[in-house]
Amino acid sequence: MVAYFSEIYNGLISLFIGMGITFKEFFKPTVTVSYPYETLTMCERYRGHIELIENEDGNPNCIVCGLCQRACPSGCISLAGEKPEGEKKKVLTKYILDFTRCSLCGSCVESCNFNAIEYSKEYNLASTRKEDFIFDLLARLEDRNK
Amino acid sequence: MSSPIQLQPDETFILNVGPQHPATHGVLRVKMEMNGEYIVDAETVIGYIHRMHEKMGEVKTYPQYLMNLSRMDYLGAMGYSHGHVLVVEKAAGIEVPERAEYIRAIMVELNRVASHLFWFGAFVMDLGGFSPLMYALQDREYILDMMEAVTGSRLTYCYFRFGGLYNDIDDDFISAARRFIPRMRKSLKKYHKLVTGNIIFHKRLEGIAPLTKEMCRKYGASSAVARGSGINFDVRKNEPYSVYPEFDFDVPVYHECDSLARYNVRMEEMEQSLRIIEQGLDKLPDGPIMPKKKPKLIKPPAGDYYQAVETARGSFGIRLVSDGTKTPYRLKLRSPTYSNMHLFDEACRGMMIMDALAFMGSLDLVIPEIDR
Repeated sequence: MVAYFSEIYNGLISLFIGMGITFKEFFKPTVTVSYPYETLTMCERYRGHIELIENEDGNPNCIVCGLCQRACPSGCISLAGEKPEGEKKKVLTKYILDFTRCSLCGSCVESCNFNAIEYSKEYNLASTRKEDFIFDLLARLEDRNK
Repeated sequence: MSSPIQLQPDETFILNVGPQHPATHGVLRVKMEMNGEYIVDAETVIGYIHRMHEKMGEVKTYPQYLMNLSRMDYLGAMGYSHGHVLVVEKAAGIEVPERAEYIRAIMVELNRVASHLFWFGAFVMDLGGFSPLMYALQDREYILDMMEAVTGSRLTYCYFRFGGLYNDIDDDFISAARRFIPRMRKSLKKYHKLVTGNIIFHKRLEGIAPLTKEMCRKYGASSAVARGSGINFDVRKNEPYSVYPEFDFDVPVYHECDSLARYNVRMEEMEQSLRIIEQGLDKLPDGPIMPKKKPKLIKPPAGDYYQAVETARGSFGIRLVSDGTKTPYRLKLRSPTYSNMHLFDEACRGMMIMDALAFMGSLDLVIPEIDR
């Protein structure tokens, strides 16, 4: 009988302790961000999709060695280049990233020996069309330079 | 536990829990044969998100497969990657610098705390309490921010490399981790006051779903499921790997065998993980994070290799059969939740449905890891 009432008493106390904690939390500052109106800046090492890096002349650093293409586990990258007459190095003519298959592992960036690709900090990538995720990185580079 | 009423087989009906149900935390379906509120028989149906991870392991080269492991368990991804890199390093004979080993241990333990925090929140939410999830996620967010600054991603880290790490930790990370430890200890006290002492919580869990030692052994259960039933088994202690022998920590074991014991084990594990992180930060040596001599192409000699690690969800084993080429001949992943979940069918017979769902929460299931 005593145990029965003491259990009720202790149970009630435990509920009030819990409520006290939630009450205290109620006055603590907000930690969330109301997303579409406020956004967070991504950290330095954020791994977004890849982006080409340009040299001083505004041309991509890429020399079309194809290492990134081979390193990619999912076959997202397709690139092509051609040798202009009189030039020694190949020039990049096409760099397509199929972001629908990319899992952001970063193998491509790590495999690159020529500092040609980097991670972008972009994360607002929602779309309803599949085509929006086939990125033409060369066109994006030109857009950035405009 | 009270015994069910006299069963009348002709009065049973089939209740379908899932494939999408808040209590299953993933795409798990449970076919329950019910007699009123009591479960007569249950059958778990898995495979809704099977992604052929083992087959992918046979097709992809070793470095290409690195990111797959973190996709298995989205809450404790580091532990799984750890197992993978350890087995390949063992096979290919790659030396790992000491600093890298320490950072790996710190990261795995931080990830374990994050994973347990999420489990804690989700578990209490299964039982009907919503606010603990918010507090748990707030603390977890702190860990994720810390890890994001180092690894570049928040959930599916691809941080470990064969022989070392993707990049080094900086002073910001170390000071953030040092600040986190006392903060987390304070939060744990808050959780104990808020949840562990709560009478409703106690009544829902105490003496519910007893799992005997024999049953845990029969199904190969590990982690808190086994340790809550009095089996003192932790891969970090029993088959030490990496730098774990250097750390001083205890393995919490409870003998009550009920859902509350499993809860207590996980709560205590968080404290032990904090201890490991603290020691790891103290002992962290200077030096490189990648070995000087690393083979360009990883081609382990032909052989059969096995490595078990203690992840947040239990002992994860990875068996690698190499034929000397650049892709494995066979890669078998022994996932802990798969074994833990199969207890459910047998253990929930005769239980009431709400108790069974609370019991399922105490198993800490991550479905992508079962289906892999």
